[in-house]
Amino acid sequence: MNLSFLRAKSGSLQQRVIFRDNIAEANLFKGRFLIAATVVILMTIALIYNLYSLQIVNHESFVSRSNNNRIKILPIAPPRGLIYDRYGVLLAENQPLYELEVIPENLDQGKTVRNTLAELTALLALPLEAEDLDQLADKIRLGKKFKPVVVASKLTEEQVATFSVNQYAFAGFSVEPRLKRFYPFGSTLTHALGYVARINQKDMEQLELLNKTKNYAATQDIGKQGVERYYEDILHGKVGYKKVEVDSTGRIARTIEFESPVPGRDIYLTLDVRLQKKAQELLGEHKGAILLMDPASGEILAFVSNPSYDPNMFVRGILTSEYQELLNNPDRPLINRVSQGGYAPASTIKPLMTVMGLNEGLITPKTQFFGGPHYSLPGSTHKFRDWRRWGHGWMDVYRAIEISCDTFFYDLAFKSGIDNINKYMSAFGFGRHSGIDIYEESLANLPSKDWKMARFKQVWVPGDTVPIGIGQGYWSTTLIQLVRAHAILTQHGRNVIPHLAANYEEMAPLEYRLNHLSGRYTPPPKMAVEVKSPTYFDVGMKGMYLVVNGPEGTGRRAFAGTKYKAAGKSGTAQLITIKQDQHYNASAIAKEHRDNALFVAFAPYESPKALVGVILENAGGGSKFAAPIARQMLDAYLLDPEHPQLTAETAPADARGSSQDRKNGRNSRKGKEAEREAARR
Amino acid sequence: MISILEKLKKHVHVDLPLLLGIITLMGTSIVVLYSATNENTDMIISQVLRTIVALGAMLIMSAIPPRVYARWAFAGYILCTVLLLLVLIAGHVGKGAERWLDLGIIRFQPAELMKIIMPMTIAAFFARRVLPAKFLPCLAAFMLIMVPVGLIVLQPDLGTAVLIAVSGCFIIYLAGLNWYLILAGAVTFALYAPIHWYFFMYDYQKHRIITFLDPESDPLNKGYNIIQSKIAIGSGGMLGKGWLQGTQSHLQFLPESHTDFIFAVYCEEFGFAGVLFLMTLYAAVIARCAYISMQAQNTFERLLSGALTLTFFFYIFVNVGMVSGLLPVVGVPLPMISYGGTSMIALSAAFGIIMAIHTHRKKQPY
Repeated sequence: MNLSFLRAKSGSLQQRVIFRDNIAEANLFKGRFLIAATVVILMTIALIYNLYSLQIVNHESFVSRSNNNRIKILPIAPPRGLIYDRYGVLLAENQPLYELEVIPENLDQGKTVRNTLAELTALLALPLEAEDLDQLADKIRLGKKFKPVVVASKLTEEQVATFSVNQYAFAGFSVEPRLKRFYPFGSTLTHALGYVARINQKDMEQLELLNKTKNYAATQDIGKQGVERYYEDILHGKVGYKKVEVDSTGRIARTIEFESPVPGRDIYLTLDVRLQKKAQELLGEHKGAILLMDPASGEILAFVSNPSYDPNMFVRGILTSEYQELLNNPDRPLINRVSQGGYAPASTIKPLMTVMGLNEGLITPKTQFFGGPHYSLPGSTHKFRDWRRWGHGWMDVYRAIEISCDTFFYDLAFKSGIDNINKYMSAFGFGRHSGIDIYEESLANLPSKDWKMARFKQVWVPGDTVPIGIGQGYWSTTLIQLVRAHAILTQHGRNVIPHLAANYEEMAPLEYRLNHLSGRYTPPPKMAVEVKSPTYFDVGMKGMYLVVNGPEGTGRRAFAGTKYKAAGKSGTAQLITIKQDQHYNASAIAKEHRDNALFVAFAPYESPKALVGVILENAGGGSKFAAPIARQMLDAYLLDPEHPQLTAETAPADARGSSQDRKNGRNSRKGKEAEREAARR
Repeated sequence: MISILEKLKKHVHVDLPLLLGIITLMGTSIVVLYSATNENTDMIISQVLRTIVALGAMLIMSAIPPRVYARWAFAGYILCTVLLLLVLIAGHVGKGAERWLDLGIIRFQPAELMKIIMPMTIAAFFARRVLPAKFLPCLAAFMLIMVPVGLIVLQPDLGTAVLIAVSGCFIIYLAGLNWYLILAGAVTFALYAPIHWYFFMYDYQKHRIITFLDPESDPLNKGYNIIQSKIAIGSGGMLGKGWLQGTQSHLQFLPESHTDFIFAVYCEEFGFAGVLFLMTLYAAVIARCAYISMQAQNTFERLLSGALTLTFFFYIFVNVGMVSGLLPVVGVPLPMISYGGTSMIALSAAFGIIMAIHTHRKKQPY
């Protein structure tokens, strides 16, 4: 109905007068409203139907989702097993500390992370520089939303209190009590003990591979090096669980169930921390390593690589700058010089070559040999020099070892041939894993024909064999291989497995333990070196006895006046080739090219209880520099007033009773006690 | 004394059935809020105070004769638009979404005021014309709607803008807009929507719509609210978990549990039975309002009360639809239930107007 014509064309009127059909308009409205009402009813039905489907039809599934929502299973990290030395001195402990963390998801979105961090730093006086704050802010922004980021560790009680009062202003931040690994002896045990550090991506992948991620759900740190890494499974323990009702910010409303974690097992090492300190002290500024072992059992008493570093840096999270410093240090403190450093064994292997020569029938104990100034292969003019420019004259094998005659062993090596040498020295453990319970071990290189072909694409020539006879040439070894080889010698061929953990066989299932060696389990053989007569070993050992006790022995000065019968062998490893017409002159060549000094010694001679190996990089002659250190290590262990190792039979009568010695003994006892005290502190 | 009361009674123009419904809603609000705020008595007290203010506003609005509204609508419209402009300028000076106008003593949102002024203005606009409305007046009315709506969109407050636009459009519809034009409008909207999406929407608004289409795609961020809300509703079941027993809200899984998502709290604790009760309550209020608009005596009153009624329903629909996952999250509170004063006061004022329309009728309609 169009009533617009009724509209008065009354511009003259102030107020427009509208003639309208009120009933018609009411009806129009009612019609329109009813249509709208119909739509409203339909929409309401849709709403209610939707709610019906949520609440009645799919009720069950939402109930379970709701339950999952509020019940969270929180893993609890097990306390890590402690590590003690052989006398119960704590070497690795767990210190309770407070860490300030942030969960990025829960941050106040209104503020920038950087500003919040700056505020916190000011409030708590955190030792964070502007750069650190930038780095942290990036880490928080770019990291996973629910993964906590540690802002500061080792908060003081005061800082914790200050934070607690102001926590409301810092959404997402919280202070978490933690147990953190601490190594009270710092750098003294680093290369043996290793350290733990944050689980990184690589560790995570490894854990996934071994299906262990669940057990590490709450764990922050993992063994990265040394014993900490090797016995990770033993030390770690079993994760616990806490079933809790939580809100979406992760706050715990109520604990429903609690399954406590199983703490990791404590480990007792065979190390003696006092000997570690002694060894570190003896090495001083020298680059080098000392390994002291019980040759009968394979128990390692001292395992020191110098220079070392403080493992606690890694636990708290090493700064890039600190790590760069360690990495770029020309003395390479990160290298484990006991089990990773490859060194030419030099003359120290002469007693072992003797065993080979005897068993192969190339020499007898009575064979006489004339040691000239140099040795040449038949039909060759190349001169392999003896260390003594004028030679040694006539000798038997004992004297050859005592004076460390080179030409004798050049000749023996040549006669034996590289294949034989490789066979015997491999049996002594060279070029192979020692079985030590750390993973940081390199194989070094026991050369063979195949090796040279593979490495240099060259045929092995007899000239290559000659220097092998004196532990030079292509041959390199680690200190642990060298010490183990001598242990096998003193045990007349019996296999010796060096180890750091007291009950290593029981703790690490051999299967697992040896996996990294060969990839599959082979039980270690009882005998390492099998020869026709065990007396062959005695010949080598007697030679070594003469080295420190004989009139011409290279180590006689260093071992003068020992209270026990010792035996040893020096080694001086050339690092550069001296030209045919030149002579070695230490002062004329660069420090890093000077000879490495080596010494291996054991005592008491009759039934060895201690075997020590010393390597000093670029020090010079083995008998001059390494031998005194070897002797002092043996003294420190065998004459330890607290734990005496010598019985009446093993201590020679003539070495007892001199007043001078008694005085020394008292002094050293006092010194030990003071040291022990210091260690406890 | 009695005479004073008698005199006062003369000025009371409440509609008792409607008042009853509204007070029941307000009571329900307090009960649910007590649970949704985690038994926060401070918040409950302030909400009770707001409820009293809202009832007062209703009382005042109901006492004003509808013709006064018709006369002052345009003036109010202009004033309110200027205020919106001021808010926008102030918002540019400050940072971020500025919706409040600080007048020193009181702070208020002009947009909330516009919720009432808008239908009033459009109703007054059509009341001066013969119905059904022609195209040109309809276009003019649409322009009147879009100016303040545009300003509110710029704040940016899309939810409120949509609600205000819709309340105005309801009046154009009720004024008899040609069905063909409605169709044309729908087509235009369908064509315009993508343009708006690409050129005028803020990222957070886009995210909300993307999330609405597939909340599970981003369960920890944008879809979190909807997922948690659906879990709350669904886990309520037939009878609910019981008052104060809702885990979703009490364990803080549910965001904005006392404001926009209060319906989820209600559903979790009172179940489908509670839903039916609340829906019935709303239906009763709407039915009474519908009855009043049917009884209205002139075009202005009819259009205004009808539009307010439909708008009230629209609020409910948008909020419930949003909370239960039918509609995108647009930040609209559940009318009369959600925590917060402005929305409740604006709605109560609207109910007051509806009451006024009913109680100021001439005794004998011709």
